[in-house]
Amino acid sequence: MALLEVVDVSKTFPGVRALDGVSFTLKPGEVHALVGENGAGKSTLIKVLTGVYQPDGGELRYQDKPSQFGTPMDAQRAGISTIYQEVNLVPLMSVAQNLFLGREPRNRFGLIDRKRMDREARTILSDYGVSADVRRPLGTLALGAQQMVALARAVMIDAKVVIMDEPTSSLEPREVQTLFGVIRDLHARGIGIVYVSHRLDELYEICDAVTILRDGKLVHTGRLADLERIKLVSLMLGRDMAEVRREGATAFSGAATGDDQAPPVLRVRELNSRHKLHDVSFDVRPGEVVGLGGLLGAGRSETIKAVGGAYHLDSGDIEVDGKDLRKPTPVRAVRAGIAVQPEDRKAEGIVPGLSVRENIALAVLPRVSRGGLVSDAKIDAIVERFMTRLRIKASSPDQAVGDLSGGNQQKVLLARLLATDPKVLLLDEPTRGIDVGAKAEVQSLIDELAAEGLGVVLVSSDAEELVEGSDRVVVLRDGVVVGTLTGDEVTTEDLMSTIAKDTREH
Amino acid sequence: MSTETVAARPTIDGARLRAWLPKYGVYIAIVLLVLYNIFFTPYFLTWSNLRIQLIQVAPIVIVALGMALVIGTEGIDLSVGSVMALAAALIPLYLGYGVVAAVLVSLLAGVAVGLINGVLVAKVGLQPIVATLALFVGGRGLAVVISEGKLKDIRDPNLLYLGSGDLLGIPVLVWIAAALVLVIAFVVRRTVFGRRLLAIGGNRPATELAGLPVKRVLITVYVVCAVLASIAGLLSVARIQSSDASAVGLLIELSAITAVVVGGTPLTGGKVRVLGTVAGALLMQLVIATMIKHNLQPSTTEMVQAVIILIAVYVARERKTR
Amino acid sequence: MTMGVVSDPPAIVAEDIRKADRNDRIVGVVQRQGALAVLIVVLLIAVAAFPNFRSLDNAATILVAAAPPMLIALGMTFVIITGGIDLSVGSLYVLGGVLAAWASQYGILAAFALPLAVCGAIGLANGLLIAYTRMAPFIVTLAALLGARGLMRAISSEGSNTYLVQNDAFRKLGNGSFLDIGYQVWLVAALVVIGMVVLARSRFGHSVYAVGGSEDAASLMGVPVRRTKVWVYVLSGLLAGLAGSINAAKLGSGVTVLGTGMELDAIAAVVIGGTLLTGGAGTIAGTIAGVLLLGVIQNLINQVGNVNSNWQQVISGAFLALVVVAQTYLVRLRRVT
Repeated sequence: MALLEVVDVSKTFPGVRALDGVSFTLKPGEVHALVGENGAGKSTLIKVLTGVYQPDGGELRYQDKPSQFGTPMDAQRAGISTIYQEVNLVPLMSVAQNLFLGREPRNRFGLIDRKRMDREARTILSDYGVSADVRRPLGTLALGAQQMVALARAVMIDAKVVIMDEPTSSLEPREVQTLFGVIRDLHARGIGIVYVSHRLDELYEICDAVTILRDGKLVHTGRLADLERIKLVSLMLGRDMAEVRREGATAFSGAATGDDQAPPVLRVRELNSRHKLHDVSFDVRPGEVVGLGGLLGAGRSETIKAVGGAYHLDSGDIEVDGKDLRKPTPVRAVRAGIAVQPEDRKAEGIVPGLSVRENIALAVLPRVSRGGLVSDAKIDAIVERFMTRLRIKASSPDQAVGDLSGGNQQKVLLARLLATDPKVLLLDEPTRGIDVGAKAEVQSLIDELAAEGLGVVLVSSDAEELVEGSDRVVVLRDGVVVGTLTGDEVTTEDLMSTIAKDTREH
Repeated sequence: MSTETVAARPTIDGARLRAWLPKYGVYIAIVLLVLYNIFFTPYFLTWSNLRIQLIQVAPIVIVALGMALVIGTEGIDLSVGSVMALAAALIPLYLGYGVVAAVLVSLLAGVAVGLINGVLVAKVGLQPIVATLALFVGGRGLAVVISEGKLKDIRDPNLLYLGSGDLLGIPVLVWIAAALVLVIAFVVRRTVFGRRLLAIGGNRPATELAGLPVKRVLITVYVVCAVLASIAGLLSVARIQSSDASAVGLLIELSAITAVVVGGTPLTGGKVRVLGTVAGALLMQLVIATMIKHNLQPSTTEMVQAVIILIAVYVARERKTR
Repeated sequence: MTMGVVSDPPAIVAEDIRKADRNDRIVGVVQRQGALAVLIVVLLIAVAAFPNFRSLDNAATILVAAAPPMLIALGMTFVIITGGIDLSVGSLYVLGGVLAAWASQYGILAAFALPLAVCGAIGLANGLLIAYTRMAPFIVTLAALLGARGLMRAISSEGSNTYLVQNDAFRKLGNGSFLDIGYQVWLVAALVVIGMVVLARSRFGHSVYAVGGSEDAASLMGVPVRRTKVWVYVLSGLLAGLAGSINAAKLGSGVTVLGTGMELDAIAAVVIGGTLLTGGAGTIAGTIAGVLLLGVIQNLINQVGNVNSNWQQVISGAFLALVVVAQTYLVRLRRVT
């Protein structure tokens, strides 16, 4: 008997086939891991399950009946609750109010019975290991406790299915254990749980079944205990072991370009940030491409942003060309020669309303101007140079960047970074969401730039791209450097086995 | 929609119209209104009438220029009317030291207010509407306190020349407004500051990550806006030939925001239409003038204004996507 | 490794909670009681320094003067807690007064019903536009400010016609008193109490907080976001109209030149009372303290006599800036965990 099931669902967005004939079955009392890298279709699938999206094709069955949820509220009323990564409660309202919002106990005058509400909230939450004062604003609780409140609320409204989207990403280890206790309890009560996470140790500890998605397709589903870790990772990262050996699907030349005698152009030492990074250290030499490997949430993007001065660090040292970057801010980082290409191109990269010209020149305006007045001739020279070199296809330099294709947007962003004459280039998923042609162009550009002596840090969820593009790969897991692959070790097999290494066996 | 008559051109569909209307709607409205007036309003096309209209609209244009810059950064400045009042209140106090001193002092008041607004927005991190509310409330009170609640006549001929003099047959006031329009248009198009301002309004996280001095630019924008408002304030004093801190610039923030919005600058930032803003101010002035000429009461004018504002904002409003 | 749920309760506690607790208590006290504390200090100083201030008469005067602003601030509290703002209330207040004075010729009921109907309708229009077209509240209500002012002038011959209250009962309501305290004060006090109960103890009240605290979360949790927004603007319009009505009863006429800046005083009072302008938190008790504080300061300024009454606005503005900046830091402090 299936509790919640989708059969052969598809969902297409303009230009992307987000789900392609995916089937997924959740049984009562099952903790079902849903895994896949970014863009694999996990979040689309979750949104189909919870009524945010309507599938283009296929069937959704709930409690063995064909169902359709028009809105998240419909799904919730039917008993499907979602606990999001960012807790979706109201931080300024009290814990008890959050727990009961919309179904507060009322007295005979129709007024909310506060005493009863608080009392019941205390009882309920004590089962979840939350002993805080329920009259306090929710936002003053630790994130773990907030998540417990969300979970308690979901269960309280008679959820039969609870979907958890990376619930442990901001929890302390002991909070994780409390969460797992609760999950086991739900499991015992026959509630089905969809558990999205990239922490392998956790998956193997808590989940019964697993479904792996890649590029919108179902690649594997079955009992988790029957699946080796290395196999799981290779299924996620998308290459068959045999296929990996054939290699050659990327445009990288494969030739090592770094000079291992040269002093590092970027020295990163012991970066620490609560929950996210723990003593992350690595070096990048001129002409070297250093890959940051790991699964989603391992701390790769955080590391890159921290080096770029845009992520809060509790401690750590960053040196560029032997000069210490004290108190990194984006302004100081750019000045020191660091250029960061953020993961989310639309939200943090381009300025969509401005033209290609303006975007490329954005960070170098002082250099192309005199007395605060911009010199169009100088800008044109730069824009011309990079549009040609990066083969940016736009109807004219005055076209708004928001109207370009993803690949060209990415090239504009890279042009903006290169225009600052950086010493180190940090690229976070440079080829995500762009077409094959542009992908190859960006890959060979990275090679070229390294050959010219730039230090490059590369993050990619595409294992092959990472391995073929990098001279060295620093592997992160849960914010810790767990290994560095050099020379002949830079292979997808070694990468995957390093990622999959079972830390519990130490 | 039939395309036969415009076969050569692409179809005018809803989306295209929606993109097109905020941009050019204001110019069309002006042309239509002018045509209407030429045919139906007696004495409309006379020099003295145009002159009055231009003189009346000049202070609004000046304030609206600053407002357009602020709105371009996804902000808003409610304190402009209070700044005008402050400038007006300070003028008579320092006129004894000469026109230059008086003008400088009132401009300095603008700088001070702008700094406060800018720091509250950029450094403290308040929402612009909240940050500028304090001076909206307190600024005018302070102005009235400074002027001791009295209406003061201005007799300094140099200052009066700014308000009511002519240069080459055109009021000095209009020359000043026109010059400021050119300056701001130049700043937006040609300067580092202008481009940064637009980028910040277009995508603030991206500009922060790109290493732009976001806070400095924001503070400067609010200072420029307040200085423009104080210029408008002292010009108003010069025109009316008296300083009345409780009346100068009352509700001008509304007229300025209207001019900016009607002129096609989106409240969501990232774009500044300088000429559109001027056109927006002119259009509202024309609407009012037309209605007065046709013996409609100011009350009707106000209600019509309210509707125009709503339509302009509705048309330009950001749709959910993106 | 521990397994059971109940066996491991203290997992999410310890130092974080203690730290948060301390911050939270400080913040909570400052936010909720700040205005009250300042009010008490000001009252003490006033009582010590101004012999005239102490009289019962003066206290009654302060309360009567504070009645209309209190009503407007009451509605504004709801609006601001949803994260919105209503700039139209000053105009609605004047419009309500003019309508009440004119309608009083048809009886006392009409003198209340007409302003409530018209101002409620304008509030409804505000609410619908804000909730359904997602236009910014400040711009919609700014337009309503203009529109309501136009309407007021249109029905009063461009503001030159001051309708006199024709109804003795209505006039008496504005000037009579019970236990030496004006009727309108009793009315306002009753409405304030109802408002407090509604905000704190009804599902609608909780929805108001939820919408302002996090609109996305609220709608995911099943709160009727749009309906809640519409209602707070209707409420704000109704209360502004009622404020105009009782003011007309007191003055005996529909004065057309009052009310500019009323909305600002109301916003100032609400914010000084500890309500976050960003929405999601605030109390009516705080708003009462805020309104009274501003009322007492105004009263003192009048007592001193030769001091310019515009200091009132300067002080409001300064308070406002201080409170808003302090709130921003307090909220940040609160989120250290």
